[in-house]
Amino acid sequence: MIAVHLPILQVVLPLIAAPLCVLFRARDLPWAIAAVATWTAFAISGLLLAQVYSVGVISYEIGDWAPPWGIEYRIDALNAFVLLVVSGVSAAVILFGRDSMLAEFGRSREYLFYTAYLLTFCGLLGVTITGDAFNLFVFLEISSLGTYVLIASGNNRRALLASYQYLILGTIGATFIVIGVGFLYAMTGTLNMVDLAGRVQAYGANTTIVVAFTFLVVGASLKLALFPLHLWLPAAYTYAPSMVSAFLAATATKVGLYVLVRFVFTIFGPEFSFVTLSLGLPLAILALVGMFVTSTVAIFQNDVKRMLAFSSVAQIGYMVLGISIHTMLGVAAGLMHLFNHALMKGALFCAVGCIVYRVGSSRLDAFAGAGRRMPWTMAAFCTGGISLIGLPLTAGFVGKWYLVLALIDRGWWPLAVLVVLSSMLAVIYIWRVVEVAYFRDPLPEAGPVEEAPLSLLLPTWALAFANIWFGIETSLNVNGAFAAAESILGGFGS
Amino acid sequence: MRDNIVLSVVARLLMPFILLFALYVQFHGEVSPGGGFQAGVIFASAFVLFVLVYGIDAAEGIIPDGFLRGGIAGGVLLYAGIGVLGLLLGSNFLDYNVLAADPKNGQHLGIVLIELGVGTTVASVVTAVFYAFVRSKR
Repeated sequence: MIAVHLPILQVVLPLIAAPLCVLFRARDLPWAIAAVATWTAFAISGLLLAQVYSVGVISYEIGDWAPPWGIEYRIDALNAFVLLVVSGVSAAVILFGRDSMLAEFGRSREYLFYTAYLLTFCGLLGVTITGDAFNLFVFLEISSLGTYVLIASGNNRRALLASYQYLILGTIGATFIVIGVGFLYAMTGTLNMVDLAGRVQAYGANTTIVVAFTFLVVGASLKLALFPLHLWLPAAYTYAPSMVSAFLAATATKVGLYVLVRFVFTIFGPEFSFVTLSLGLPLAILALVGMFVTSTVAIFQNDVKRMLAFSSVAQIGYMVLGISIHTMLGVAAGLMHLFNHALMKGALFCAVGCIVYRVGSSRLDAFAGAGRRMPWTMAAFCTGGISLIGLPLTAGFVGKWYLVLALIDRGWWPLAVLVVLSSMLAVIYIWRVVEVAYFRDPLPEAGPVEEAPLSLLLPTWALAFANIWFGIETSLNVNGAFAAAESILGGFGS
Repeated sequence: MRDNIVLSVVARLLMPFILLFALYVQFHGEVSPGGGFQAGVIFASAFVLFVLVYGIDAAEGIIPDGFLRGGIAGGVLLYAGIGVLGLLLGSNFLDYNVLAADPKNGQHLGIVLIELGVGTTVASVVTAVFYAFVRSKR
């Protein structure tokens, strides 16, 4: 009986856990509540994915009101895949968070932090699971409001400014999305995605529909930090606490990409988006320029978190490039990179979090001598870095391999060369950290530093190990991405 | 401002009416304009008036922070709890039909309770936000 209600439990359990954190403020209890809720959500998303693969699309009617009148939660191979990524990385990050947040945030307002975390988590899961365009906007707002609090809880005062910047740009993005949804509603009188899809695609290139499309694409691009709409991201990731950087890098932008894919493919349809309006070209150009510009900027950063943040924008370029090819192979490669990048950036930001925990800074100088004094942390960093570059036997390689295949298959082979070239830029910025960590002596004023505690190392290594595991045993990420691509493309472009 | 006799007497007179009006908007919400959100803000405005006239220290004596935290969390829990109750009674999340023997009464009961949850949280949040503003000036 409970299996029928898994879709709603996925969202409601974190939502109920959030106010419980406010009520039970005793030592470590808020963290324990958040951890239990996150792990339960992880288990539910695993069950949902298995259910989707065995029986197909799951539909859940909120309040027993039949769609398209009521709100429907609709889970297909695409959002089941994204749900698993979001909850899986969060499950590792929340374990990392306990000691990391104690060191960076303190005990006094810990309960408020975990409340905000759970609301953000609930919002991200809700955006992904819902089959209702307006409900999607509501959950997007829940997750955004939570995110602003999470970013502002960094102990550098500039965290507040970074959070404010994101608040302004995030609000513009969300407003664009709600304007787009409003135009669609004005045109069709429905908000249910499946219902919308049928009606919108019947209109063709109607002006209102084109305007709605533009607003939705720009709004979603702001949320997923597509170059040049990424300006909020570097500061936000740099000044947020380490746990938050890992959490957001692995989940928030991924859900933004999901929103773009859902609107472009499911509601407007690939025919309208890519043939009538040729969205593929601008997306591909922005993705490519973004890959090169932000990777180059990343090379010149002196703060490792900031470097990884710029690298995130470049990596989003790979995902968007895959989507812009709009063939089965291309979309699958983009979604695969979504999965893999969540693991890479999760591992990398957690490793930086270990350094921050012991040395107290994420500046490049703080890494001096870390190779010898914190060997496990740096080994995890290198594993994540190798995966980011895309060397064989790591998850990063699998994603880029399929991306290059998709580009060649589409006949865009010069772009395939550019993808490989831009990966070389990742070699440079990762190497800068490795060089400092392994070949430079620690600063004299830095006292004795020992390896990070197991409570931080184990989650970091779980993510680092996942990078290797999904580079060798690729059935989940590759087949999952192909199943997701198939579910949204149908017969188109295969 | 509590030394100003006009202000303190008028505030004292107005407060019960503001609270009563809030409750009217709250419980009349399902048949006329209004509902939990508006009612919550009106309810909280009574305490905003109280703080303005009598000061934050007096207000804290009546509604302490712990009480507000309970209200903020309790309202959300009431809302989600009603949703889960529908689930436990063998239907879907937020299905009010199963809350009473007659589906019509069930819908009525469901919407009243949910709006009560909204009202509780909104009233507590607005009061808490106002407390925070006042304290930041100290």
